[in-house]
Amino acid sequence: MRKMLTIISNVLRGSASRNGARVVVSARTYADFTPQATFDIKKCDLHKLEEGPPLQAMLSREEGLQYYRTMQTMRRMELKADQLYKQKIIRGFCHLYDGQEACAVGIEAGINLSDHLITAYRAHAYTLTRGGTVREIMAELTGRRGGIAKGKGGSMHMYTKNFYGGNGIVGAQVPLGAGVALACKYLGKNELCVCLYGDGAANQGQIFETYNMASLWKLPCIFICENNKYGMGTSVERAAASTDYYKRGDFIPGLRVDGMDILCVREATKFAAEHCRSGKGPILMELQTYRYHGHSMSDPGVSYRTREEIQEVRSKSDPISMLKDRMLSNNMASVEELKEIDVEVRKEIEDAAQFATTDPEPPLDDLCNHIFYNNPPMEVRGTNPWTKLKSVS
Amino acid sequence: MASLRCFLRSGKNAVSAVLRREFHRTSPAAVQVTVRDALNQAMDEELERDERVFLLGEEVAQYDGAYKISRGLWKKYGDKRIIDTPITEMGFAGIAVGAAMAGLRPICEFMTFNFSMQAIDQVINSAAKTYYMSAGLQPVPIVFRGPNGASAGVAAQHSQCFAAWYSHCPGLKVVSPWSAEDAKGLLKSAIRDDNPVVFLENELMYGVPFEMSEEAQSKDFIIPIGKAKIERQGNHVTLVSHSRMVSLCLDAAAVLAKEGIECEVINMRTIRPLDAEAIETSIMKTNHLITVEGGWPQFGVGAEILGRIMEGPAFNYLDAPAVRVTGVDIPMPYAKILEDNSIPQIKDIIFSVKKTLNV
Repeated sequence: MRKMLTIISNVLRGSASRNGARVVVSARTYADFTPQATFDIKKCDLHKLEEGPPLQAMLSREEGLQYYRTMQTMRRMELKADQLYKQKIIRGFCHLYDGQEACAVGIEAGINLSDHLITAYRAHAYTLTRGGTVREIMAELTGRRGGIAKGKGGSMHMYTKNFYGGNGIVGAQVPLGAGVALACKYLGKNELCVCLYGDGAANQGQIFETYNMASLWKLPCIFICENNKYGMGTSVERAAASTDYYKRGDFIPGLRVDGMDILCVREATKFAAEHCRSGKGPILMELQTYRYHGHSMSDPGVSYRTREEIQEVRSKSDPISMLKDRMLSNNMASVEELKEIDVEVRKEIEDAAQFATTDPEPPLDDLCNHIFYNNPPMEVRGTNPWTKLKSVS
Repeated sequence: MASLRCFLRSGKNAVSAVLRREFHRTSPAAVQVTVRDALNQAMDEELERDERVFLLGEEVAQYDGAYKISRGLWKKYGDKRIIDTPITEMGFAGIAVGAAMAGLRPICEFMTFNFSMQAIDQVINSAAKTYYMSAGLQPVPIVFRGPNGASAGVAAQHSQCFAAWYSHCPGLKVVSPWSAEDAKGLLKSAIRDDNPVVFLENELMYGVPFEMSEEAQSKDFIIPIGKAKIERQGNHVTLVSHSRMVSLCLDAAAVLAKEGIECEVINMRTIRPLDAEAIETSIMKTNHLITVEGGWPQFGVGAEILGRIMEGPAFNYLDAPAVRVTGVDIPMPYAKILEDNSIPQIKDIIFSVKKTLNV
């Protein structure tokens, strides 16, 4: 009886507070919030460009809330992955993106879903912006059949429409991205390809080969260097003779962008997209950003940089905090509203994690499938001559 | 005894010469086509058939192809579809793979497969494995083609055979044509295949003419990937080979036939997937197996065939251990006498056959 009363009172109390909040929010939505504001953004350093992106960016309330939600979802998803990895539910490689959210969200805000994107292995956030769900991303990390690649790819090999992964070999994705851009130009649909790589990859020879061909053939390719200051454990000063990554394209125009400010990233991406779509050829963007985690889950991330440095970035330049402060100080959202988004995001992540830990692993008869596309079923040799496994497309 | 054998041999020659004069060797509608022209035709027809097909590589456009395989194509199809690349294999192979991922059907030419080593990461990690890693979301319909293996006097860095290297990897199909019909039918199949195909040509075969049947001249003529062809029927020993070595096997078979040894010569056509069944069926008839390849012996094509035969039903039909005839296990030397002795010659095949048959 007491238990029942407790339950009933909890329910009533809960609905009461919820009702209260709803009343407060809906009253404020209609009258009080600023629907749109203009913000000053940092000027981009330019290379072989007469002018750069605008110095001001407009942000609507809806956009702001959507960016906030997406960045928060990314942040919580990566932190949950951290947790699951430490519990050994995620295994192998796991490269986390927290700290860099403004890049992924800002880039997507500057292009269309019909455009194309390819990146390296720190790819969970891009899988999300390109149409993947948190559920399928997390289930891929835990290697379950509900994963976006049915458990066969893992952290570094997630794909969606117009998103070509997720690539494990440093730098290899850059020629691939230019190839996608070549297809865009060839098929004449006014689409472009965003091709991402890190400060570590920026020294790869194949990237310079790609700059050359992309420029020669005027491919609609936005090369983006996500400079998070460290290639694994090697700081940029120790790896690159020139750390002006936005200039490394030489004959390719470039801009250096504050990668912690989502509006800066968005405006720069829009600018770059316009450049490509007008047929001028490739362009290069360096996003100055920072990762809170180490290179991967096996790297504590403090042997080559100080905790103070990490803390300073977190307190002064966190992309989510920056957006939140902007919106709150311009009366574009309420604290409660943002908190509500936080709660919803947390729930979504919890649900996804629940799914990712309870969904069964892929069935063994999926082992040899997906070798060839559009192929009649074939036999694959197992571990011994008597084991013949079935493979279908 | 030797002179008697000699007389008999020449007599047999005389008879067959007479017979040859009576019957036409080529049927009326068949023509003589070189391997080069066959490859050219295949690409021309497929470029015409499907707008998404395009060719890229060094010197493929304005130079008409380093070995003239793409002669005339740039004039006909223009810059959009026949693309000259800078000398940057890793870059342009990656670009080709990316284009395939985004919906085009590239033919990526390596001037020789030796240069493909610079790009091998793109072939294996970006092309071969992607369909699997994406669990069927992302196919890669691309053809990598070019001359493979030994040529003449080009020395060690330009003479390696990559059949074994590429055939090692799941996710790739590896094709090695011999005749003009092979070249045309298999290249068309490769281009129409929705998966990455490594197409190993042979520079020394480019200029060799073959009879091409009327059927093979049709624009829809394709040869399925994965099926070997018996080029010559025989009862005593099975010779399994691919590419240029098929010619040597046939020549050796012709010589051995005069001594009453009938070789069955199998032209593999495809290295991966390997048509083990064709080889097994043949062994069940001849009871003897010899593989012949131009590549190095260790971990090579022959090694794989022998392993499979050991593990399969044909083992019980072998009357002698299966053996391999291969290139010598050294980097290719330059001097002609050394080079000639670095790859299998007809006499090596004959010698191996006789050792196997214990005659």
